[in-house]
Amino acid sequence: MNRLRLWLLAVGGTGLAALLVAACLDLPRFGGRSHPYGDRAVHASLRRHIANTIASVNFDQRAYDTLGEMSILFAAVLGCVVLLRQTRDEHRAPPEPAEVARPVRRYALLVLPVALVTGLYVIAHGQLSPGGGFQGGVVAATALHLLYLGADYGALERVRPLGVYETTDALAVSSYVVLGLAGLLAGTAFLANTLLPYGTFNTLSSGGTVPLLNAAVGMEVAGAATVLLAHFLDQAVEIEDATEEEPGK
Amino acid sequence: MSHAMDVLPYLVAAYVFLTGCYGLATSRHLIHAVGCLAVCQSATYILLLAVGYRAGGTAPVFSDIEPGSRPVVDPVVQALTLTDIVVGATVTALLLALVLQIAKRHGTVDPDELRELRG
Amino acid sequence: MADAVIVVTLLLTAACATAAVTQRDPARQALVLSVLGVVLAALFTVLQAPDVGLSQLAVGSALTPLLIMLSVRKTRRRGRSKEDRE
Repeated sequence: MNRLRLWLLAVGGTGLAALLVAACLDLPRFGGRSHPYGDRAVHASLRRHIANTIASVNFDQRAYDTLGEMSILFAAVLGCVVLLRQTRDEHRAPPEPAEVARPVRRYALLVLPVALVTGLYVIAHGQLSPGGGFQGGVVAATALHLLYLGADYGALERVRPLGVYETTDALAVSSYVVLGLAGLLAGTAFLANTLLPYGTFNTLSSGGTVPLLNAAVGMEVAGAATVLLAHFLDQAVEIEDATEEEPGK
Repeated sequence: MSHAMDVLPYLVAAYVFLTGCYGLATSRHLIHAVGCLAVCQSATYILLLAVGYRAGGTAPVFSDIEPGSRPVVDPVVQALTLTDIVVGATVTALLLALVLQIAKRHGTVDPDELRELRG
Repeated sequence: MADAVIVVTLLLTAACATAAVTQRDPARQALVLSVLGVVLAALFTVLQAPDVGLSQLAVGSALTPLLIMLSVRKTRRRGRSKEDRE
């Protein structure tokens, strides 16, 4: 049985490898000069006073696509929350405060505010410099969990009211949709970036609705990552099942 | 050298993808399989960015360079990759949650043992 | 020069991916994946994609390995007696 499976894998893998290599040889040369979509995206971004073209593609030219992507994120987090909930045969055992080595505690607590501010900075400057809601949200959420490293789980739970983050997550998704609908009410298309003045190039308020959509995504990603980590931490640290081992139920 | 350079990044992407598939198929631990899937996902990032690269180009961010003064790499594929990474992470999280549920229900994380259980 | 850097990071990426797949212990694999995340972030920066590199650094080298470690801890705790038997 196992040998048959390895044979199948070898045959399929070789075939796929041959096809992939053939496809690679047919692709445009690496580092080539012709990028028609890229050139047009850059042009459109500059016309709307957005310095970071990637933010322009994500939140202006392909804003509708980002809405779908946010819904995937939201649905995945929802699925995790449902799958990792505390069931009836499990009970919570709060872990006793752990002894943390002093250097670890000191550096974790020193780095925490720096990392948190970095995350917020990266969100805020999404349309100007490399970064944006996706990156900054993850940085801010993981920064919060340095508290688990530096202090203990109890301290983290006290500064992290989970309900607030879950609400933030949902509110951010709806505010993205509301911003899209505002375009519709103003007489243009859904999520069209014609609502606000484009502002001065290379300033925080440039780019019309792009900074707002960027902030909504930042809030959503930060909330989503925090909720995800919280539920996995709960499972790993706190929740225990009454029947420790019961294979083949 | 320069001729090999024309396709090398694409070949590396294909290699990483196939390696991840191999690990996925031969894995004896579901969490290890999820890690292999993450490797497969990273192959798509390499492929996308390799397609958009332009020799001598710089990043498509105009806060510190004059627009039009230098060639820039393709921003469209970068935006695609960016969303790809975040979605990939949440998919990994969802799969890990499913693995934890399987471990709870069946008491094992070995895919082969799971097959025997079902029969 | 730029080509040489790209080639080196590409080969490093391939090596790390191989290591991540061949490491069969999921807890150790999480560490290798975190190294792979850093190497990929370096590769993306070399390919002039700082946005993507930043995202990969945050997600690939911190979030994903952390989630894997936490899952490993949960399953280990559940099946500790089984691990001892092996």
